Amino acid sequence: MTGTPAMIGVRDLSVRLGDREVLTGVDATVRRGEWLAIIGPNGAGKSTLLKAVMGVLAHRGQVDLDGRSAATLKPRQRARLIAYAPQTPAVPPDMTVFDYALLGRTPYIPYLGRESRHDREVTASVLDRLDLTAFATRRAGELSGGERQRVVLARALAQQAPVLLLDEPTTALDLGHQQQVLELVDRLRRADGLTVVTTLHDLTLAGQYADTLLLLARGRAVACGEPDKVLTEPLVGEHFDAHVMIEPGPGGRPVVHLVRGGP
Amino acid sequence: MRSAETAAGPSRARPLWVTGALGALALSMVAGLLGGAADISPWQVVVQAADWLPFVTADSGLSPVEQGLLYELRLPRVLVAAVVGGLLAIAGAGYQGVFRNPLADPYLLGAAAGAGLMTTVAIVLLPQLAASIPVAAFAGAVGGVFLAYALGNTAGRSGGTSTLVLAGVAVTSFLTAIQTFVQQFKVEELQRIYAWILGDVGGGWEQFWLVLPYAAVSAVLLLLHGRMLDVLSVGDEEAVSLGVRAARVRFTVLLAASLATAAAVAVSGLIGFVGIVVPHLVRRLAGGSYRSVLPLSLIVGAAFLVLADLAARTVIAPAELPIGVVTMFVGAPFFVAVLRMTRRTAT
Repeated sequence: MTGTPAMIGVRDLSVRLGDREVLTGVDATVRRGEWLAIIGPNGAGKSTLLKAVMGVLAHRGQVDLDGRSAATLKPRQRARLIAYAPQTPAVPPDMTVFDYALLGRTPYIPYLGRESRHDREVTASVLDRLDLTAFATRRAGELSGGERQRVVLARALAQQAPVLLLDEPTTALDLGHQQQVLELVDRLRRADGLTVVTTLHDLTLAGQYADTLLLLARGRAVACGEPDKVLTEPLVGEHFDAHVMIEPGPGGRPVVHLVRGGP
Repeated sequence: MRSAETAAGPSRARPLWVTGALGALALSMVAGLLGGAADISPWQVVVQAADWLPFVTADSGLSPVEQGLLYELRLPRVLVAAVVGGLLAIAGAGYQGVFRNPLADPYLLGAAAGAGLMTTVAIVLLPQLAASIPVAAFAGAVGGVFLAYALGNTAGRSGGTSTLVLAGVAVTSFLTAIQTFVQQFKVEELQRIYAWILGDVGGGWEQFWLVLPYAAVSAVLLLLHGRMLDVLSVGDEEAVSLGVRAARVRFTVLLAASLATAAAVAVSGLIGFVGIVVPHLVRRLAGGSYRSVLPLSLIVGAAFLVLADLAARTVIAPAELPIGVVTMFVGAPFFVAVLRMTRRTAT
């Protein structure tokens, strides 16, 4: 394809949880600076794919990060390459926003050591970028849903990793906050050249923001490509078991409508 | 440049809180030295305490008998209460971090009951060997926690906060039953066992020196892991994504907290609820980061138990209450309050 080298390379990835094969032979490539959205019906293995790439799930197959085999990386090395925000992050309610964001610096701090001045400065500047400076000394338990999501993003950014894995970053957010978070991710990605992989259940949102969509169904990658190649009525209709109408929206990107009286 | 320092304040125990806690500890220790029947003024106690320090001589005007009373009876008692209270509180904070559960407590997790069982076994089987008690208590504490944790896991991962506590209750009852069974074999040791179970910090200097090395090792280990416990508090998957081997951290902290519990239980018997009351109080006041919760729990726990011991000695003077009764009297209602609060925030 293009000349940009692959940041993430996944080959023949399979994951078994208990006696269920959740992912089967998935291949995917994410270029540096690309935004890949993983879409698919419930239980298709979207989150599992993220976790396998991050290395918290046992898997078969090959995962390469920045040209190196992920299996050979030490936990701290991997953490400097990939930052991850789970679907429902546990934010300790008594911890201050600053302390929480500071956790992102963990891969740079010695095991029993303490953070350096540099770590604190990086954290402070990330909070500043996300307009969270005023919240620095607030307890995380006092935040609203949208603020919380931004604070989780701040922790991931403090990690200063070139890859950002976000599992459903817009769940439980209203329309305006969904847009705010995704715009923020997009801006940061362009400014810092980040590679972004998100799972998104809202197909229109995924089509609006991502460069590439990967459609998973029953643990297999059934389609991958630009939004208008993946978000087609036959593909979505078949794999989501839904009756949809898809038309070009803003910027020529597809918009997905549900049609009443579906299957 | 905008100052990063102002924002960086809360991540460590703030000097103000530490100073305040140390002040409270000092006051409670003076009160502990004072308490009781003999007629001594607070100032004399302070002067006398200064005199005990190396290279300091001060005349408190106390008679040799009074000095002896203070030095041989009250001082070791206050020190043992401080060490034991600090250990139980910091161990409670450590367990709470490892299990991500504000209700985890050495007493409720089965650690204390395990230590109690093994100590009883040691008293019954090796009555002459006082040194075997800490070792036995340690094995028992680790075994008790392991049992409660395993049981809590099999009972359901999704059970959350209360599953582990329920498992701890079950393990505690079971181990206590075995302990009662064992102690009936040695009826002549019954008084010694009972005195131990109800909690006692009046064992003198010997008791103090016995607990000190274990206390030092476990407290230092726990204090070093404050930042790691903060990382664990976001959950295992995220901890791993931050490059931390969560299982290894958990194991080390668990071991250190169990050593602290075992040391405390071995010298002073079963003193409940300190490990839950103190860290919770500290968290409310000084924030939830373990980097401040651990050191402050150590200090405040020490002050708390010194005061509890003072209450135990004075409430029904000249008779004495077992110290465990005092902490349970204060702790049980507190536990209910914490339970209600965590329920509310969890939903």
